[in-house]
Amino acid sequence: MPALGADMEAGTILQWLVKPGDAVKRGDIVAVVDTEKATIEIEVFEAGVVQTIVVREGDKVPVGTVLALIRADGEAALPAEARAKPAAPKPEAVPPPAPTRPAAPIRPPPPHRLRASPLAMRIALELGVDLGAVKGTGPDGAVTKADVERAAKAAREAAVSAPPPTVPPVEAPKAAVPARPAMAPADRQVAMRRVIAAAMARSKREIPHYYLGTHIDMSRAMGWLQTENLKRAVTERLLYSVLLLKAVALAAHEIPEINGFWVDGAFKPSEAIHVGVAISLRQGGLIAPAIHDVGKKSLDEIMVNLRDLVNRVRAGVLRSSEIADATITVTSLGEQGVETVFGVVYPPQVALVGFGKITERPWAANGMVGARPVMMATLAADHRVSDGHRGGLFLATVDRLLQEPEKL
Amino acid sequence: MTDDQIRTLVLREISKIAPEVESGQIDPALDLREQIDLDSMDILNLAIAIHKVTGVDIPEADYPKMASLNGCVGYLRARMPRS
Repeated sequence: MPALGADMEAGTILQWLVKPGDAVKRGDIVAVVDTEKATIEIEVFEAGVVQTIVVREGDKVPVGTVLALIRADGEAALPAEARAKPAAPKPEAVPPPAPTRPAAPIRPPPPHRLRASPLAMRIALELGVDLGAVKGTGPDGAVTKADVERAAKAAREAAVSAPPPTVPPVEAPKAAVPARPAMAPADRQVAMRRVIAAAMARSKREIPHYYLGTHIDMSRAMGWLQTENLKRAVTERLLYSVLLLKAVALAAHEIPEINGFWVDGAFKPSEAIHVGVAISLRQGGLIAPAIHDVGKKSLDEIMVNLRDLVNRVRAGVLRSSEIADATITVTSLGEQGVETVFGVVYPPQVALVGFGKITERPWAANGMVGARPVMMATLAADHRVSDGHRGGLFLATVDRLLQEPEKL
Repeated sequence: MTDDQIRTLVLREISKIAPEVESGQIDPALDLREQIDLDSMDILNLAIAIHKVTGVDIPEADYPKMASLNGCVGYLRARMPRS
């Protein structure tokens, strides 16, 4: 069970998408796991063949538990009898035991195996509905969220209207044991708040934060974006957040002390720049999955990634690599109308960049005062790794980059 | 399309973006963003969804005209082919 973020302690296997004997390659989605925050599709890191599934569907296990064994490509297959009797003293007959590796932490699963959407699976788990007994109305007979909710409603109504037994039971009935652990939506809210609190308490306890802020004149960036979007069909339009994400990634490349992880008492800078995007959930809570290699992507690519990510966060389904590997996080609370947000660094990361609402303000330049769209950019960063001087240079670099939006 | 049909269409697309919102809760005269907490990505997704269904391309500059449900209906009625 991979640790999908600093705030995860355990996960429940909702579904296996592979079976023993299946070949897998790096990036394949092998399982769907439920955590307090989201339903997460687990990706494999290396190619091989699934040997054994260790943890069954419906079981909740702590982080670090081996979920399945995968035989890497090139490793010899282990015959069944050799596994059963490893002590057989026939060196020429028994191949060496194949080293197996725990499956590490996706793409959509092949359609013929898709019995239910991950969202439907999660809701089934929450409502205690047995998916196998639900008739699917989705594509290829897949069970949808609506199917699960219908089944749960029918079950409730059946329970209410069932006639009482005419003959009293002779023995006291055994307590009904739910087939699967169920997490009600309200419990999920409580659980999510608890994991956020744990991660933030750890951050405030361990990370000596410092905070910086600067006003950025957004007139060039917004002007460029407006002209650009006029040329584009609605499906191709960019949101200004995309400019901010790209500017952060490029600035992090210039000031590497704010991009990476604090691990085992030392800073490990990251060559790759994976920007975590704090996305609020409609039901409350938030999650900050990463867009990978933002600095190397075009604005259009980042926009496609961002839209995909927001849609999947809202649907409650994410991929393991997105959850686990952000190297720096951006929060943009501007939508809610605040002008300034000072973040709490998400461990083991070392910096969090905040952007407030863009407001029209009096702005003095070249001895003249004019009205311009202005945005507050902030940095919360780890003093064990950087200081205000370097942090200040980072924000100045973000500002500089946003003055030349056409180059982003 | 009649106003009712347009309204139903817009509400259906909103319910895909914000599944927890019940259409009866929406005051058609008030700002959608504030009523049901839509952000800029939600608004863009709504504009894309409406474009796909109706063929009407909504320029960014016209978003304020679509702020409320009534605004959406009026805006689309003026731009959709009459049938």
